[in-house]
Amino acid sequence: MRRPRTNRLSVAGAAIVVAALVASCGDDDAADLTLVTYDSFPEADTSLNDALDRFTDETGIDVRVLVAGDTGTMLSKAALTAGNPEGDVMWGVDNSFLSRAIDDDIFEPYVATGIENIPDELTALVPNGEATPVDFGDVCVNYDIGWFAERGLEPPETLDDLVDPAYAGTLVVQNPATSSPGLAFLLATIDEYGTDGWQAYWQALGDNGVEVVESWTQAYYERFTWAGGGPTPMVVSYGSSPPAEVIFAEPARDDAPTGVVADTCFRQVEFAGVLRGTQAPDEARQLVDFLVGAEFQNELALNLFVYPSNTTVELPPEFTDFAVVPDDPRSLDPAVIDENRSSWIDEWTELVLG
Amino acid sequence: MNRLPRSLVAALAVVPAAALTVFFVWPFATIVSEALTGAAIRETLTRRGTWEIVWFTSWQALLSTVVTIVVGLAPAAVVARFDFPGRGALVGLLTAVFVLPTVVMGAAILAVLPDALDRTVFAIVAAHVVFNLAVVVRLVGALWELLPADMEAAAATLGASRWRVFTEVSLPLIRPALTAAATVVFLFSFTSFGVIRVVGATGTRTIEVEIWRRATQLGDLGGAAVLTMLQLALLGLAVAWSTTLQRRHSRALGLRLRSPRRSPSGRRERRVVAAIIGGTFVVVSAPLAALVIRSFSTPTGWSTSAWTDLGRSEIRPGLRVGVDPWNAIVNSLTTAIWATAFAVSIGALASLAIAAAGQAGRFLDAGLMLPLGTSAVTIGFGMLITFDVPPFDWRASWWLVPVGHALVAVPFVVRTTLGVLRSVDPDLTAAAATLGASPVRAWHETVVPYLWRPLAAAAGLAAAISLGEFGATSFLSRSGGETMPIAIERLLGRTGSILQAQGYALATVLAAVTVVVVALTDRLQSGVRPSGSRDRT
Repeated sequence: MRRPRTNRLSVAGAAIVVAALVASCGDDDAADLTLVTYDSFPEADTSLNDALDRFTDETGIDVRVLVAGDTGTMLSKAALTAGNPEGDVMWGVDNSFLSRAIDDDIFEPYVATGIENIPDELTALVPNGEATPVDFGDVCVNYDIGWFAERGLEPPETLDDLVDPAYAGTLVVQNPATSSPGLAFLLATIDEYGTDGWQAYWQALGDNGVEVVESWTQAYYERFTWAGGGPTPMVVSYGSSPPAEVIFAEPARDDAPTGVVADTCFRQVEFAGVLRGTQAPDEARQLVDFLVGAEFQNELALNLFVYPSNTTVELPPEFTDFAVVPDDPRSLDPAVIDENRSSWIDEWTELVLG
Repeated sequence: MNRLPRSLVAALAVVPAAALTVFFVWPFATIVSEALTGAAIRETLTRRGTWEIVWFTSWQALLSTVVTIVVGLAPAAVVARFDFPGRGALVGLLTAVFVLPTVVMGAAILAVLPDALDRTVFAIVAAHVVFNLAVVVRLVGALWELLPADMEAAAATLGASRWRVFTEVSLPLIRPALTAAATVVFLFSFTSFGVIRVVGATGTRTIEVEIWRRATQLGDLGGAAVLTMLQLALLGLAVAWSTTLQRRHSRALGLRLRSPRRSPSGRRERRVVAAIIGGTFVVVSAPLAALVIRSFSTPTGWSTSAWTDLGRSEIRPGLRVGVDPWNAIVNSLTTAIWATAFAVSIGALASLAIAAAGQAGRFLDAGLMLPLGTSAVTIGFGMLITFDVPPFDWRASWWLVPVGHALVAVPFVVRTTLGVLRSVDPDLTAAAATLGASPVRAWHETVVPYLWRPLAAAAGLAAAISLGEFGATSFLSRSGGETMPIAIERLLGRTGSILQAQGYALATVLAAVTVVVVALTDRLQSGVRPSGSRDRT
């Protein structure tokens, strides 16, 4: 159901014609913006959407949220429509896709007002203002605290620990060919062991009984001991999964059932940018300014389970209590990721699944 | 029935042909011509992985089809021939399984299968069989129902065993419908995406999965375009072969507008029928039961709060997740109504045209099947770059989604009705002509009345296809409200036990809505009683 809610009940043929006309005329109205985003961004009825409404109240600019699919799908569509985009501003390109976005020339460079509130290590990723860092998060190995406590076993602390026979058969990861956290974990191991060393590490992981599944949902909700009643007490998930487990616990609880192995964390930074070819560049820039402003950034943690890039924003207590922000998260140069993604995945597939 | 004036046949064909051209051929040609390059062709065709994927895709599809047809014949016969309590519910449940999002059904099927079979090719085949049983029961049942039962009875009276009655009387008569069902099941299994990802072993890929992976995760649109062409070429051959078979095996029959269904009689017959009904019921209800159970389970025990809180916007104090189940239901139903209306009108015109057009009809027939065999990503992306310039800037139009669903549903409408139309005895039409009716009048009086019953059956399937959000539309961008499958996937994709339980609660609601929709269209179907037609005995 993609048409505007207001004319849901309009009639047959007339509606088709009218809707087509409305749709084709909509772009002329410069005071409307379309925010293109990924599928975990809420379309309506959250405090994040309320914040967007306040932007409309302040500026008179309407913002429509357009969900384009997962991040990869959104990027491919943006590349196909570069110059004649589906919307005016895009939210949610992460660092593993950033190079592709820049190479495909989908953004119009813009340095946001308020950029000084964003730490240098994030803005350094976009030296020419191609896009604006809006949030970050980590992909980390999560563990089931209860499972380890029951056995009197200390959870692992490093990537090296994961190949220790003491932890044989305790980890489930995702296929990097089809899953974004799976790719991030592969990148974490490449960061640690280098482009020539990660193969031996994965060999050892395989010998130690690592399980590979296709998607995050399968890993977390079918194989993980805590959430899926599965056999595996460690899973590749997000650094913000423990606070989510507390906030959405049923029944309610006040301690986190899962923890994070900080050394395994790979940093994902997300960017927003003005789409090249927008009919409303001025309004689009205003929106980008708003997206990095405190009012909107305040709502990110509890809605998208990511950290705001704006350092003036305070985190909700669940995040300060239950989430681990690693001091020195792992990362790789976006250009290096983009250049090698395909060959690393092929090599990994041959090695681990082959 | 070939005597219809050409102009009328052309008039019937023009709308379906135009819809196919505008919403399928044009976007397809646009994306392929933009993405296809010589380098991509060479690279893809010389990659060893490509041929491994093609081989796996083909044999698992063939195996799935054979097993589905064999397993599906018994329930199709029972549903077509016998009256029993819960008949409507059984058909509804079968259809519900068919439309539920694969994320949901895949998880449910895994929960039910023995662990030894999890993530094997057996799990894939089992899932394809369970999913597609509805296709066999509905397509084959629609023709079987109209066959005169007294032919079978006569053979039995003459001393033929049940097996002989089936192989020598019923089977040859239902063969066109059987070929049609096999074709559709083959197309679905060949282009399988969700099932492969959810129940298959890690790294298992069909051509469809590989197209998606290249186009969206790697940004390799050229490679995706080559694979799309390869997939379409292979399926084109399969469809051409099957439409030929279907024509060859269709024969004029003394159809009844409705062969009366009867209660099973005799101890042995009652036992066999009960066993078939029971078996089918277990197969389809086990995964559905797994859904319901999951909506009540949390990591620390049972809870009803997913249900009591369903539809409450504040899921935790001060915290909303922006999933509105009731709005999603309304959105899904509105889309389904439009999609069904489009699919049924286009499909009805197409079937009448194909049945009347002889050889030329074959092109339209095969053409309308193509969207089933084309990668959803490719068509979705194609629409994105085709309908982007005024006056064709339809990217944000609400009706593009129901049209996309209709594209997938039309082949079902055609398959369901065409078999029946082709079986209309030409003597009837000839007799009408002899009595002085004009060709158009004779056609209108003798052929058209047979359209309505299969059409009503097809409407149920079309609505189900739309409710399940099949096809390219999942790759169109959306705004202005989620449908149920999308809301379900969004809930299931997040961390937190209450969200997980609510996802399954909403999936249960989707199953229930589907059962109701199918039951309603079936009620409609049994109410259809064409006027001005004669029942031949």
